[in-house]
Amino acid sequence: MIKFFLMVNKQGQTRLSRYYEHVEINKRTILEAEVIKNCLSRSKDQCSFIEYKDFKLVYRQYAALFVVVGINETENEMAVYELIHNFVEVLDKYFSRVVSETLYLL
Amino acid sequence: MPAPIRLRELIRTIRTARTQAEEREMIQKECAAIRSSFREEDNTYRCRNVAKLLYMHMLGYPAHFGQLECLKLIASQKFTDKRIGYLGAMLLLDERQDVHLLMTNCIKNDLNHSTQYVQGLALCTLGCMGSSEMCRDLAGEVEKLLKTSNSYLRKKAALCAVHVIRKVPELMEMFLPATKNLLNEKNHGVLHTSVVLLTEMCERSPDMLAHFRKLVPQLVRILKNLIMSGYSPEHDVSGISDPFLQVRILRLLRILGRNDDDSSEAMNDILAQVATNTETSKNVGNAILYETVLTIMDIKSESGLRVLAINILGRFLLNNDKNIRYVALTSLLKTVQTDHNAVQRHRSTIVDCLKDLDVSIKRRAMELSFALVNGNNVRGMMKELLYFLDSCEPEFKADCASGIFLAAEKYAPSKRWHIDTIMRVLTTAGSYVRDDAVPNLIQLITNSVEMHAYTVQRLYKAILGDYSQQPLVQVASWCVGEYGDLLVSGQCEEEEPIQVTEDEVLDILESVLISNMSASVTRGYALTAIMKLSTRFTCTVNRIKKVVSIYGSSIDVELQQRAVEYNALFKKYDHMRPALLERMPVMEKVTTNGPTEIVQTNGETEPAVLETKPPPSGLQPASQANDLLDLLGGSDITPVIPTAPTSKPASAGGELLDLLGDLNLTGIPSITAYNKNGLKIDFTFERSNTNPSVTVITIQASNSTELDMTDFVFQAAVPKTFQLQLLSPSSSVIPAFNSGTITQVIKVLNPQKQQLRMRIKLTYNHKGSAMQDLAEVNNFPAQSWQ
Repeated sequence: MIKFFLMVNKQGQTRLSRYYEHVEINKRTILEAEVIKNCLSRSKDQCSFIEYKDFKLVYRQYAALFVVVGINETENEMAVYELIHNFVEVLDKYFSRVVSETLYLL
Repeated sequence: MPAPIRLRELIRTIRTARTQAEEREMIQKECAAIRSSFREEDNTYRCRNVAKLLYMHMLGYPAHFGQLECLKLIASQKFTDKRIGYLGAMLLLDERQDVHLLMTNCIKNDLNHSTQYVQGLALCTLGCMGSSEMCRDLAGEVEKLLKTSNSYLRKKAALCAVHVIRKVPELMEMFLPATKNLLNEKNHGVLHTSVVLLTEMCERSPDMLAHFRKLVPQLVRILKNLIMSGYSPEHDVSGISDPFLQVRILRLLRILGRNDDDSSEAMNDILAQVATNTETSKNVGNAILYETVLTIMDIKSESGLRVLAINILGRFLLNNDKNIRYVALTSLLKTVQTDHNAVQRHRSTIVDCLKDLDVSIKRRAMELSFALVNGNNVRGMMKELLYFLDSCEPEFKADCASGIFLAAEKYAPSKRWHIDTIMRVLTTAGSYVRDDAVPNLIQLITNSVEMHAYTVQRLYKAILGDYSQQPLVQVASWCVGEYGDLLVSGQCEEEEPIQVTEDEVLDILESVLISNMSASVTRGYALTAIMKLSTRFTCTVNRIKKVVSIYGSSIDVELQQRAVEYNALFKKYDHMRPALLERMPVMEKVTTNGPTEIVQTNGETEPAVLETKPPPSGLQPASQANDLLDLLGGSDITPVIPTAPTSKPASAGGELLDLLGDLNLTGIPSITAYNKNGLKIDFTFERSNTNPSVTVITIQASNSTELDMTDFVFQAAVPKTFQLQLLSPSSSVIPAFNSGTITQVIKVLNPQKQQLRMRIKLTYNHKGSAMQDLAEVNNFPAQSWQ
C-alpha cells in the first residue's frame, strides 16, 4: 500500500505532497524533512530503497527534484520504482516542455 | 476590493522569499486576504482562493478555515468549482471533522449526475476520505456504477468499492454479484482496478477466497494474452505490455494459490512461461520476475519451479544494479528457511555482498549469512563475518556480535576455536556486545575446563592494554578471579605461557576498579575477582585485604556493601573463606534463548544480610552448613535460607558426583550413610506414589563387632525446608557379628525439591560404655529428592 507520494527539491522544499493515510500537519513537515535528508545522503551507486522506521521509501532523482514514495511491505518495490518513472513521463506528456523547464527550475 | 491573485502568482511570490520568516509573512498576508474574501461570500473568486489555500496547506500551514468553503464549492453547478471543491475536500477533510457529513448529500447527487466527469469526481472523493457512515449510505450507488458499461466510471467505482470494503467490511457481499463480469473487460484500467478489488476481497474473507478460486483460469488467460500479445502502444512500458497489470495479477494468483493444490497446479505453466520469457535487460522485466519469484515461493509449486525461482534470484545477485541485488537478498532471506540447500549454492555471492557500499544491502547480506552458517562452512563464514564486524558501521555491530555468538555456539568445531572467536569479537566490538552475552560467555568458559589456562591468559593480555570495553573487562575480571592461580603459575599448554606475577594481576584489577571508564557493574566484577584471588594467591593476601577495606567506604552502595561483607569475611569468618571462594562448578544451562540465568544460591552468611546477591558474585553456598548447625544445638548463627531454587550447588568441602550421570533405572540406589567403629547404617529409598515430595527412607543398622550394641537410638535432623517423621524402630539392640539389624522408617517431606541432607546422631551402649556420634549424610542419590 502506498502511504504517501512526495516531490521534494534538494533544498527540502516540498513541491507536491499527497498522503493516503492521516498524518498530522506538523508531523508532515518533519517527515518530509527527514525523508529528504535520507535521500540526499545517498550516493549514486546505492540502491533506491531505504528502510525508514517501519516502512520503506522508494526514491528517484530527476535533476534537482526527488520523487519519494512511502510504501509498506506488501508492495513490490521495483514496480513502484517503475510507477514513479511512469508518473514523471505522464507529467511530461501532459504538460510537455513546461515540465522539463520546471524540473530544472525546481 | 481588487481581485485576489491567481495561484500562479502566489507560487511565484512565495518562491522569491529568501528566508522561512519571509515566507511565513507572505503566507499570513495572503491568508488574511483569503479570509476576508470568504467572509464576503464572493462566488466568483472562491475557487481561486481555495486553490491558494490548498497550496499553502501543502507547504504545512493550517488551512482549516477553508473547509466550509470547499463544501460550498462542491454544491456549486460549475465544473471548475466542483473540481477544486472536491480536491479540497480530499485534502482538508476527513472523518475526524464533523463537517464532512454535510457532503454526503452532494456526493449522492453527483453520483447520479449526467456528466461522467462529475460522477468521477464524486467517486474519487468518496473513495479517498469517505467515513463509514458515508460509505454505508452511498454503497448502493457505488455498486450500481460498478455495473455500468462506461469503463471510465467502472474503474473508479471499483476503487471506491475497495475503500468502502475497508471501512465497512460487512458490505463486501453487496459487491459480489457485480464482480462477476469484471474480468471480462478489455479495458486495462477496469481490469487493473478489478484485480485490486478482488485482491482486497480475498485478503479480507476466506469465503471470498474460496469463491474466487474459480477465477484462476481466467486470470491465467489474461496474463497469457498480455505476454503473448504484440506491441501495444497504449500499454507499453519499455517493451513490456502493461507491467503494472501483470504484477497485480501475479499477486492475486499468489493469494489464490496459497495452500491450494489445484489452483497452484493451474498456475504452474504460466509462471514458468513468465519466468523464462520476460526480458531482463530493463528494470521493468526484473520487477515482473521479482513478483513471479515471490508467487512461486508462496504457492504449492513443484520443485522444478522452485529451483527456477531460486536461480532467478541467484542471477539477480550477480546483476550490477543495486536495486535488484537488494530485492534478491530480501527474497532469499524469506526462502532460506524452506529451501536451504538451494540458497547455499549462492553463498559465495552473498558473502561478497557483505562488502558492498550500500547499508541496506549489507544488512540483508549479514542476516542471510547468519541463516546460511552450518557445520560445514562455519570456519570460512566466521572468518568473513569477523572481518565484516571489524569494518562495519556501529549500527550493525551489536546484531553482528550476537549473531556470531549464536552461530559459534551452535556449530563450533572445537572449544579452542570457539574461545578464540569469542575473544576476537570481544576485542573488536567489545562495547557493542549485548549485556546478556556476558553471563553466556562466562558459562561457556566454565564449561570448557581444559581451556581455562589458555582463556585466562588471553583475556589477561587483552585487558592489559585497554580496559575500556565493558563486556570484555567483565568477562576478563571474572576469569582472572576464578583462574588467577593458573595465570601466575604459567601453565598454558596451547600457547606460550606468559610470566605474570600476582602483583601485576592485582595491579590490573585495581586499575579497573579505579578507572573512570568502568561501569558500576564492572567494578563489582573486579572487586569480587580480587576477593577470590585471596584464596588463590599466596603472597598478596595483605594487599587484597587493604584494597577490600578501602572500598568499605565507597560512595557506590553496591561496592560498599560487597567490600563490607568481604571485610567481615576476612575478620570474623576467615575459617570459611576458602570454602566460600572455591572454584565454581560447571553451571547448568537453564535457557538457550535470551539471558541465561545462572542459578545459584548465594551463601552470604552475614546475619544482617538476608538477600541473595546477583549472579556475578558466585560464592559457594555455605548456608546449608548453617541450616544444619543449629538443629542439633550447634552454633548461634541464624541460618540463611536459600531463596532461589538450587540447581546443583557443590557442597562446601567436597563436590558432589554428577549424580544424574548414573541413573539407576531399576530403582533408587541405596547408600551407606554411616560406617564407623563396626556400626554400619544403610539407607534404602522409596518415593511415595501419592505424594511426590515424600521420600521414605528405611534405615538398617548392623553391627560387625563381636559385642552387641544396646539402647541404640537413632536421631536425625534435616534442614529447615524439610520435614521429618521418624517411625518407631524395630528394636533397640543390634546383635553382633552382623547377625541382625535394626530397621527404622523415616519419612522426609521435601516440598521444595531441595537436595536432601541429613545429620544423624547415634547413641548406644557398647562394651559397657555409652557411645555417641554425630555424622552428616551427604551422599543421597539424586532420585531420592528430585
